[in-house]
Amino acid sequence: MIKLTPLYDFHLTREGKIVEFAGYYLPIQYPTGIVAEHNAVRNNAGLFDVSHMGEFEITGDNCLQFLNNLLSNDFTDLTNNHCRYSLMLNDNGGMVDDLLVYKFNDNKYWLIVNAGNKDKDAEWVNSHLIKGVNFTDKSDLYGQVALQGPKAEHILAKITDRIPTENYTFIDGVELFGQQCVLSRTGYTGEDGFEIYIPSSIAIKVAEAIELAGKDDGLLCCGLGCRDTLRFEASMPLYGHELTEDYLATEVGLAFAIKMTKPKFIGRQALEQNEPIYRRRGVELIDRGIAREHSPIYDGDNLIGEVTTGTMSPTLGKAIAMVRILKSYKGDTIEIDVRGRRLKAKFVKMPFYKR
Amino acid sequence: MSIRFLKTHEWLNGNKVGISNYAQDQLGDIVYVSLPQVGDKVYAGKSFCEVESVKAVSEVNSPVTGTVVAVNEALNDKPEFINSNPYDAWIIEVEIESEGELLSQADYDKLIA
Repeated sequence: MIKLTPLYDFHLTREGKIVEFAGYYLPIQYPTGIVAEHNAVRNNAGLFDVSHMGEFEITGDNCLQFLNNLLSNDFTDLTNNHCRYSLMLNDNGGMVDDLLVYKFNDNKYWLIVNAGNKDKDAEWVNSHLIKGVNFTDKSDLYGQVALQGPKAEHILAKITDRIPTENYTFIDGVELFGQQCVLSRTGYTGEDGFEIYIPSSIAIKVAEAIELAGKDDGLLCCGLGCRDTLRFEASMPLYGHELTEDYLATEVGLAFAIKMTKPKFIGRQALEQNEPIYRRRGVELIDRGIAREHSPIYDGDNLIGEVTTGTMSPTLGKAIAMVRILKSYKGDTIEIDVRGRRLKAKFVKMPFYKR
Repeated sequence: MSIRFLKTHEWLNGNKVGISNYAQDQLGDIVYVSLPQVGDKVYAGKSFCEVESVKAVSEVNSPVTGTVVAVNEALNDKPEFINSNPYDAWIIEVEIESEGELLSQADYDKLIA
């Protein structure tokens, strides 16, 4: 059964082009279109429905011990009201998911997980629970919106004065329409911005209030299409594309989220025993055309990797791609097979776009 | 002869070929068109080029059989012209030998209604 987010009617009213994504009906775009929505976020602001993301609540006396074993990052020095990105590994060193950890206090954390992984994540978390730790899936209680872009703070200030000042921090109990929300300075676009966890019953009211507040600042309602192009330009990985159960966590360019200094965590042993063979890199196409996901990459006759995400970058006006490629490959250029045509591409630095 | 359409949303106007407003709207922002070359043969109902939007690739079928006599090179730099002016943004011009199964504007409008 495909689920509706609390903002479903909000999308219909605005003629969002609805698609099924990770078990939810969500707009891929509004009549404004992916490129206009993308540019609105880069230049002004955009409002996204990200209610499909999962909110897992971890409570109890042994949270830190539990999370430091369950996840690859180290939460020992994470302070209250801060967020930290992490991977959750399987026993083979592959990735069950990537997620954001919110610390409310020593006895309460949230894990924000990918919609498409919610069920298997819940199973995984449950199967590793230890004494003194409780787990509740709160996903169905909350809607979530992301307000992103250089004007996000200015717009948000019109509806609340409780704004987290630092990146990767959050405020719990921000009151909107009489209800308590969680408001963090986080996002998935490469821009400044906020994510707000909203009790479902007032999700539409909050979205409407933000839309109205941003009316004179060029804010657009944005769909999943530009969420993907924005995160891609910012070279942020997307689960199912750059990250999978089968890719070794040390192959995906996220070393900052893997703390081998911790003596023990799930997947650590596998990372110790297996050398990374691939790496994640960025390329720009030299030949005309667009390299899409799964396009194979060659060095002459040798298959050396594949494209994990590729499209025309609206901000840069260039066809770029993230690739999974043999670490041993030393050339400066590659050939990407796009439906039988070999397109030449050169390595470029990531992130492709930085604000 | 006025504009006519293939069921797969391409138009023929005179001897120029493009894609319909409905097609461009379904595709979304078009970012690349793989143009054929002058002299290429095209076949009615068969793909002769690909149009790529940010999210998808779509094949474009030829309404006619014949030989390409001109390609709209302007689409190399401004593929988004197809979104803004789908009926001016011709892709190829063909020396026509025969036509495929074409619909009148009225019949096409019924198809997409």
